[in-house]
Amino acid sequence: MSELLEGSDAMAQAAIVAGCRFFAGYPMTPFTELLEQFAKRLPPAGGVCINAESELEAVGMAWGALATGARAATGSTGQGLSLMQESFAEITLAELPLVIFNMARGQGDYFQSTRGGGHGDYRHLVLAPVDLAEAVELVQLAFHLADRWRNPVLVHGDYLLAHLAESVDVRSLDFGPAPQKEWAADGRRGGTGLSALVSPLGLGKHRTAGPGGAPGPDGPGIEGHQQAVAAKLGRIAAGEARCETAHCEDAELVVAAFGVPAKFVRFVVEDLRAAGHRVGFVRPITLWPFPAEAVAAACARARTVAVFEINAGQMIDDVRLAVLGRAPVVGIGGISTDRSGFGVGSLLDVDVIRARIEAVLATVEVAS
Amino acid sequence: MSPVGEPVPDARLVAAEKPDLLLTTEHNLCPGCGEPLAVRILLESITELGHAANTVGVAGIGCYTAFSAALDVDLVQALHGRAPSVATGVKRMLPDRLVFTLQGDGDMVNEGLQEVLHTAARGERVTCILLNNGVFGETGGHMTAATVLGQRTKNTLEGRDADYHGYPIRVADLIAQLDGAAYVARGSVHAAGAVAKTKKMILRAFETQLSGAGFSLVEVLTMCPTGWFIPTGEGPSYLDETLGQVHTMGELKGPPGR
Repeated sequence: MSELLEGSDAMAQAAIVAGCRFFAGYPMTPFTELLEQFAKRLPPAGGVCINAESELEAVGMAWGALATGARAATGSTGQGLSLMQESFAEITLAELPLVIFNMARGQGDYFQSTRGGGHGDYRHLVLAPVDLAEAVELVQLAFHLADRWRNPVLVHGDYLLAHLAESVDVRSLDFGPAPQKEWAADGRRGGTGLSALVSPLGLGKHRTAGPGGAPGPDGPGIEGHQQAVAAKLGRIAAGEARCETAHCEDAELVVAAFGVPAKFVRFVVEDLRAAGHRVGFVRPITLWPFPAEAVAAACARARTVAVFEINAGQMIDDVRLAVLGRAPVVGIGGISTDRSGFGVGSLLDVDVIRARIEAVLATVEVAS
Repeated sequence: MSPVGEPVPDARLVAAEKPDLLLTTEHNLCPGCGEPLAVRILLESITELGHAANTVGVAGIGCYTAFSAALDVDLVQALHGRAPSVATGVKRMLPDRLVFTLQGDGDMVNEGLQEVLHTAARGERVTCILLNNGVFGETGGHMTAATVLGQRTKNTLEGRDADYHGYPIRVADLIAQLDGAAYVARGSVHAAGAVAKTKKMILRAFETQLSGAGFSLVEVLTMCPTGWFIPTGEGPSYLDETLGQVHTMGELKGPPGR
C-alpha cells in the first residue's frame, strides 16, 4: 500500500524490510533525517542505531556488526564520508557487506563514490536512484548485492531524495537467496580449531596446532587476497551495470544525467521530443560499475553528447571513456547550491536545463 | 633424536603448557617481548571462564597482530585505533558474547584515544586489553603518547623531553574517571607475581563485562627490549624502574560491589 513518506523515512523503512539491523551515523545535513529515522525505527524492529561520536566511529561500529553476520549500514554526506575512507578501503578488503548512504550536497561526490578516497585497489557498487520509488527498490537491492558480492554498496542520494515526500510502497522485495555467511565471527567456534578470522589482510587461522606440527597460516596472504578481491571486482563490473535510456535510437543529441537531477533532465528531453527534436536520454543507475556499453550504445548515432551534473564535471569523464571519441561530449551542468551549501541551487530548474539543452541542440541541428 | 638433541626441560615445559586456545606455539615476536605472556593469560582467562565458544576478539594493529592467526577464538581484525568501535558493533549484535579488544599503546592511546574514551563513556559491555610498552614496537621503537619522560626512542634519541615532546598520557587513569567504566586496572608481565596478578585483573574485567556492569579495561605493561635499546635480559627491570614508576600498577576502579 502506498503512503506519502519523506525520503529519509522511506529509505530507512526499506533498509529495515531488507533486514538491516544495525545503523551508526553522525548527524550532518542533509543526511541527518536518515539517522533520525533509523534511531526511531530500528529498536522496535529488534535492531540497534547508535549516534556515533564521529564518522570514524560510526563506520567502525558498522564494521563490527557486519563481522558478526548482521546486515548493517552507515552513512553521511560526502563530507562525512571523507572521514570514513580509510575504513571503506579496508572493509572492502575484509569483504564485508557494508551499505553506505550518501545524502550528498549536490553531485560533487561522484568521484568520491566511484573512485573512492581511500588507499589501494577497491571499488564500491554505487546505486543512484532517480526518485523515491526507485530508492525504495535500490536500497533493498543494495543489501542483497552487498551480501551477494561481499562488497560495500553505496546508495547515492541528495537533499531532494532525503527530504521530498512522495507516495511510495515500502514492501519487501525478493532478490533470491543470499549466500550463507560461514565466514562470520559470531563467537561460536572458539576452541574448535576452526575459529573465524575476519581480516582485510588475507590471513587465515593456523590450522595445524601444537608442537611437532607444521604451523602456517591458512589464507592466500596479502598479495593473493588482493588479487582475488580485484578479480571479484572485475566480475561485478561485468555483471552489475544498470542503465535507463530513452529515445536514443535516432537521437542526434543524447543527454546524460544521474540521480534526482536526471528526473529534471528526463522531463525536458520528453518535452523536446514531443516538439519534434531528435534528442535522447541516458541515465546510469549504477555509477560503478559504470554502464559503459549501454551508454556507448545509446550514443551510437549521436552527433553530440551532453552531460548534465551538479558539479564541475565528474561523470563526464566516464561518459567520454564510454563514447571513446566517437562524438564530442560537452558538459552542460555546473556547481550550483543554495546559500547554506546543503541544498538545491538555481541550476536545478527545468527552464534553465531546457535552455542549456536547446543551446547544444541548435549546434547539432545546424550541422545536420 | 635430532642432531641437536631434545629441548631442555624448561623449553619443553612451556610448549607442553600451551594454552588451549593457542593454535601454534610459533610466533615472530622478538625474544624478551612481553606480549606473548599477556596473550597467554588472556587466553587462559577465557578458557577458565568457560567462554571459549562464546567469545569474539577484536585485534588492533601492532606487533600483537601477528597473533591474530594463532588465537583459536573468533576474531575480527580492526584498523589502527578503531578496535573499540568495532567491538561495540560486535557486542550490540551479540550481547551475550564475551567481547574483548587487544590493542597497543600506539593503537589505543595515540590513534584511537577518542574511540576508547567514548566506548568507556557509553559503558559498552566490552573489555579492552591494552598492551603498553611505551613505544611503537612494530615500526621499530618510536615514541607513543604513553612513552615516559626520559625514555629513549627512535625519535626521542636523547629521551622524551616534556618541553619538546609533551607529557605521557596515563590512559587507564583517564578512563577510570568515566561513569561508564566499571572496572579499570593496570598490571604487568615483568615478573611472575605480576603476571599472576594481571591474570586476576583480566578475569575480573571479564566477570564485570559478563555481569553487565559496564566497560572494563586492563592495561598490561609489557617489555620491548628491542624498542627500548637495552639488552633483552634487562627488559623486566627496565619496565619496573621506568614505565612502572609512571604507569603505576594496581586496580584503579572496581570491580563492582567491592
